[in-house]
Amino acid sequence: MALEKQRFDTLILGAGGAGLNAALQLANANLKVAVVSKVFPTRSHTVAAQGGVNAALANVLPDNWHWHMFDTVKGSDYLGDQDAIEYMCREAIPTVYELEHNGVPFSRLPNGKIYQRAFGGQSQNFGGEQAARTCAAADRTGHAILHTLYQQNIRAKTHFYDEYFAADLIRDDEGYILGALVLNIATGEPLLIESKTTLLATGGCGQVFRTTSNAHINTGDGMAMVLRAGLPLMDMEFFQFHPTGIAGKGMLITEGVRGEGGYLINKNGERFMEKYAPNAKDLASRDVVARSIITEVREGSGVGPEADHVLLKVNHLGEDVIAKRLPGIRESSKIFAGVDPVKEPIPVFPTAHYVMGGIPTDRFGRVMPTADDDGDHLPGLYAAGECACASVHGANRLGGNSLLDILVFGRLAGHNIIDYVKENNAHRTLDEASVEKAMSRLQKWDTKGDGITVSQLRNEFRKTMEDHAGVFRVEEMMVEGVEKVKNIREKLSEVRLTDHSSTFNTNRTEALELENLIDVGLSIAVSALHRKESRGAHSRPDYPNRDDKEWMKHTLYWMENDRLDYKGVRAQPLTVESFPPKERVY
Amino acid sequence: MAIQESDLSNIERLRWQCRRGMLELDVLLEAFLEQHYGDLPPRLKRHFVQLLEFPDPVIHAWCIGGESPEDDEFQELISTIRQTKVV
Repeated sequence: MALEKQRFDTLILGAGGAGLNAALQLANANLKVAVVSKVFPTRSHTVAAQGGVNAALANVLPDNWHWHMFDTVKGSDYLGDQDAIEYMCREAIPTVYELEHNGVPFSRLPNGKIYQRAFGGQSQNFGGEQAARTCAAADRTGHAILHTLYQQNIRAKTHFYDEYFAADLIRDDEGYILGALVLNIATGEPLLIESKTTLLATGGCGQVFRTTSNAHINTGDGMAMVLRAGLPLMDMEFFQFHPTGIAGKGMLITEGVRGEGGYLINKNGERFMEKYAPNAKDLASRDVVARSIITEVREGSGVGPEADHVLLKVNHLGEDVIAKRLPGIRESSKIFAGVDPVKEPIPVFPTAHYVMGGIPTDRFGRVMPTADDDGDHLPGLYAAGECACASVHGANRLGGNSLLDILVFGRLAGHNIIDYVKENNAHRTLDEASVEKAMSRLQKWDTKGDGITVSQLRNEFRKTMEDHAGVFRVEEMMVEGVEKVKNIREKLSEVRLTDHSSTFNTNRTEALELENLIDVGLSIAVSALHRKESRGAHSRPDYPNRDDKEWMKHTLYWMENDRLDYKGVRAQPLTVESFPPKERVY
Repeated sequence: MAIQESDLSNIERLRWQCRRGMLELDVLLEAFLEQHYGDLPPRLKRHFVQLLEFPDPVIHAWCIGGESPEDDEFQELISTIRQTKVV
């Protein structure tokens, strides 16, 4: 049967905040837009973002985009590109107002202005008093934004391919991206979508680690597509871990639990944070607490049959305090950890939360394919959101800046695509060889017979990533980890599906996701091994200091031969003076 | 939403609908589908298919957050979901 083909001005892969905000700009400009999403759009992971969006509106306390910029540069541990950060912090303000006008029900002040709450890492006047910069829609900000953008896109006649899985980008000999091969999950039928421009907005990849707070859909699909198209990923070693996820499951247990007096203990009941952070103890910074937990487990003080986690004790706070100040924790612990925290401690372990790295782009969302700092972007290919790296988060991300990143750069990528299509308003000739290559990767999974199951190899891979490329990163174990993951990559050819049906074949979709996870996992493991310093979320006990002389540069990873290259941080902002690196003290 | 009889028996489709934007719902709903769904009377199966059409924060509030659905008919289903073993 002939492969079905459709043509659009723009193809957007992913329907979270970045994809939908871009789509809305384009559809409003009367471009023909397709959005491909493997789940129904309002079930994208953006829905899980409860916190809010940072923008220096100064509705509650004095504020200024320049102060927001300072905080973001500092939070990035000086690895963020200051031109992109300036751009994001300035554009935050019109972006939030546009969302407001589109109908996002932001929480309000009595005077009718958008309410703004204070979050860690926000300051007035370049490191002074606490700022209040985060705009929220109660505790459902992500959902409110996603829902509003989806409805607006329906109005604007964006074409949605719901429950379609994007398999591979189609690329011609000159390097132009011509669209993508996607798979209808409901029927198992492939579809070729040709486009003049393509935007990757596929979200994060937390599922590379065994313990993650990310939804099951976060499998790094767009990142892996980029790698297979011969393009690099940037700064993939920078992964933010939250210290207290439910052990073996990953769901976040909020820092508020320790703020209210909960504390961590090991198998001997010892309050071990007293040893690692004598002053701050359990309220030490996220990375310190996460590393301390791993150290306890590595040294044999872990709890449970596998001695692979520690415990978070809260029962001494009493039932009333837990019910009043920590709502949700009790139910969550009962359901996912099988313990009632009023009676027993909660088993916890660091959980992978957010990837700062991703597909390298400039501040317009255009994909940058080389290590040449002033090099050309790839015409017609864009990336935005967690799958992209602009780079505004550098080595660590501030709270409230993730929704901001996806919304600002989704919007700006949309604007840039409109201009591009005006000048490049023809489809390029389809590259049949590239289509065949993508098709053969899909058809490979039709091979029947005995072999390793998808879940077996996935479990082995995610455990290996957690043990060798997670929070605790020292040379010897990372070298071993890279070899193990390469070995797992080899074993992919031995994996066989247990289900060969066509309709809603989850087994096949999960096999395609596993390929993506492994490709992206190697980019993390290899990039982390070679960065011989500690900066932001990347912590090397064998190289404990930040090394600005050698390492104020971005890592670029290519899949071919697992090659690395580096390019300098863009320390020069657009209109203001550069913030030079300083020791990061809060 | 009009629910067809075939919607109730299409387990593979339901399994994909249990893929959500929140990890908590992924884990809970998929476990529920495996452990309990097959044994439910058609009336509750119908409610489950309806439940999957609700936004994630609503499902989260009902199944994990301890809030009660306004429609009492859902309550029986939600109680069963809360009994799902995910440990």
